[in-house]
Amino acid sequence: MVEEMTADLKLIVFQLKDKEYAIPVSQVLSIEKVEHITRVPGTANYVKGVINLRGIVTPIINLRSRFDLEEEGYNDHTRVIIVAVNDMEVGLIVDSANDVIDISEDSIEPSPEVVGNVEADYVLGVTKIEKRLLILIDLEKVLNVDDIPGLSGNTEE
Amino acid sequence: MEMSQYLEVFIEESKEHLQACNEQLLELEKNPEDLKIVNDIFRSAHTLKGMSATMGYEDLASLTHQMENVLDAIRNQKIKVNSEILDVVFLSVDDLEAMVESIAGGGDGKRDVSSVVEKLKLIEQGKSPAGALAAAETAVAIAEPPQFSAAKSSYDEFELTVIEQSNEQGFHAYEITVQLREDCLLKAARVFMVFEVLETTGEVIKSSPSADQLEEEQFDHEFTVTIVTKESIDDIQKKVMKVSEVEKADVHAISVEELKKQAADVEDSTQTTVEDTPVLAEVVDITPPEAQKDDKKAPAKQSSNKTIRVNIERLDILMNLFEELVIDRGRLEQISRDLNNQELQETVEHMSRISGDLQNIILNMRMVPVETVFNRFPRMVRQLARDLNKKINLQIIGAETELDRTVIDEIGDPLVHLIRNALDHGVETPEERKAKGKNEEGNVVLKAFHSGNHVFIEIDDDGAGISRDKVLAKALKNGIITEQAGAAMTDKQVFELIFASGFSTADKISDVSGRGVGLDVVKNTIESLGGSVTIDSKLGQGSTFSIQLPLTLSIISVMLVEIQKEKFAVPLSSIIETAIVKESDILNAHNQKVIDFRGKVVPLLFLKDIFEVPVSEQGDEFYSVVIVRKGDKMAGLVVDSFIGQQEVVLKSLGSYLSNVFAISGATILGDGQVALIVDCNALIK
Repeated sequence: MVEEMTADLKLIVFQLKDKEYAIPVSQVLSIEKVEHITRVPGTANYVKGVINLRGIVTPIINLRSRFDLEEEGYNDHTRVIIVAVNDMEVGLIVDSANDVIDISEDSIEPSPEVVGNVEADYVLGVTKIEKRLLILIDLEKVLNVDDIPGLSGNTEE
Repeated sequence: MEMSQYLEVFIEESKEHLQACNEQLLELEKNPEDLKIVNDIFRSAHTLKGMSATMGYEDLASLTHQMENVLDAIRNQKIKVNSEILDVVFLSVDDLEAMVESIAGGGDGKRDVSSVVEKLKLIEQGKSPAGALAAAETAVAIAEPPQFSAAKSSYDEFELTVIEQSNEQGFHAYEITVQLREDCLLKAARVFMVFEVLETTGEVIKSSPSADQLEEEQFDHEFTVTIVTKESIDDIQKKVMKVSEVEKADVHAISVEELKKQAADVEDSTQTTVEDTPVLAEVVDITPPEAQKDDKKAPAKQSSNKTIRVNIERLDILMNLFEELVIDRGRLEQISRDLNNQELQETVEHMSRISGDLQNIILNMRMVPVETVFNRFPRMVRQLARDLNKKINLQIIGAETELDRTVIDEIGDPLVHLIRNALDHGVETPEERKAKGKNEEGNVVLKAFHSGNHVFIEIDDDGAGISRDKVLAKALKNGIITEQAGAAMTDKQVFELIFASGFSTADKISDVSGRGVGLDVVKNTIESLGGSVTIDSKLGQGSTFSIQLPLTLSIISVMLVEIQKEKFAVPLSSIIETAIVKESDILNAHNQKVIDFRGKVVPLLFLKDIFEVPVSEQGDEFYSVVIVRKGDKMAGLVVDSFIGQQEVVLKSLGSYLSNVFAISGATILGDGQVALIVDCNALIK
């Protein structure tokens, strides 16, 4: 895919801790402010619960804890990015969502091998825009239910 | 002509006609002598043929045509119905169904039907489809035709009686053969005019082809009408000839004696080969008056039919919109409570009442009789019974019971499983049944009925029943339970084990069932619909599987409760009552807190702990308890306070959170927040 003809890719850029991440606009439905979240018991620690998104009950996960970063309280910049992957609609809590940029696909480089970093599993590649380093994440992996204990197959006891 | 706009109607109606064929064929199998049924099937097949030819589906039309020929031969008593013939007809209906399915799925409806057509042709010629020539049958088939040549139409007992009686009163019976001009364009209109003329002179008692067919122009250029009148042959002929575009009108008198002789001939010749023809005469004797009446009534009924077809999608959209309205209604109710304004409150109350009525109507509109699911079972049971070499009598009761479409869509597969199960494991082989002193034919009863806010579907068989020991032994072997646990179980608990996954007590695995996948799926599906399954069985006498289902899945009544600062909804359907319990009244039994509730020991479940609710305030010495039940088991859910009862719209948590323990879904409250719905079935074990 990296070697393909130069094609433009629109990315939504958001911030977690001190790094900038990006996901394709095509996967994003909307960006919301944090509303009241209803906790859902018996789910993984990063599943914060569900919200009422214009009549649709939407699960919310905190991307910080999903990436094993320490959680922080929500503030005015905190945003929920609603994404749709494989018919799943999920909201991602991020520190802030501040940019939409265009890049060409061939500017994406494979991610550097970083040992002992959880987020590396979900990294699709990195791209550099001037002096900013954007980490492209693979939402399918982030939302993969199979390897998440306590999400599916949450049986009795 | 652009046909696509009719495609949907065509598919719908074809399905209806095929279903009618299926049903009537089964009926015919039970009463092979009832020609009225053959007529009904013929009519369905004929309409189907006409429609598919118009729509340009040649294969469909040609197969229907062939089937129609066979049916025609049957109804003219050239062939006698037997199961072999019916098998082929069933087969062709199957093919037709497959073709209609293919058309519905966007295909061209083409299918290789040559082998079936071949078989049908053989039958039509009076030969056995298997190729074995039943000499007697052919003899009948060849011997009969001449009898129809004397009088153009054949008359049944009823018509003969009419003719006879009118003769006694001085009327004459005439048979009029009217031929229309080749270039006649509006044949139906001419037919109508001829009928009008004849009806002013006397009474039309029969026409061939039938009035329906004439109306639809399903004849060449000639038709025959029988009337009783006081007028002379010449007068009638002149009157008929006055209708334009009538080429020729032959009128000749018919006498009862002659007709009777003919009828007797038919009987004589059939009697030589078929012993039970007298039964036929009797049947014919009884049914035609009804048939006649039906025929006359049918067109009138259709015109006064006050129903319209509505696309299900539109109903779904309506339902979704209404759900939004219910949420807003909740919000308005809350606002009006908060504002405490008299006028606003009255208006909101009024609106709530109206939307309540509206809700009833919308839910009713989406109600579908379970018949739509049940009607495929007779065919299935027939086939299965043959495969298994068992004799089964399937009885369906309460097919008119209505259920929400969403439930109907889901309930089919579980029922198929249960019926297969009843046939395969329940009902014994005829030999075994005989040895046990039972009737060789096993009975399976499929029953649906309403009770309260639920619909029950029961599958009842009078077969071998479930063997407690066998189930226990198997459960032990598969490591589902321990020996001690097994010994202490009640029969009902033991029976429930068969719903465990990987369980099958069938001694040998058959094609039909016995792979141990199935019953657990059945249970899961039904529970996911908010229902439950229970088993009742007596060894040697049979078993009953009882399914309890909610009337609708989308809007439910709940009791809102508060636990610390979180709100949860408990479905009203599983609540028995609520109670306030003093801390000192709580007893301890084996690390389990219980209360004595109306003489029963009810275990307490602290939702605060089960749902890991963050605790911010300490409760007092009084506990609010919601007593819920699952079957005959009860539990007390301890909450902090009751908020009240509300109608809510059931929403799923989304596919990301598909399987959360003890939460069956979510709903949006009046303040826009999401509340989770507690799944009491999962909490009570």
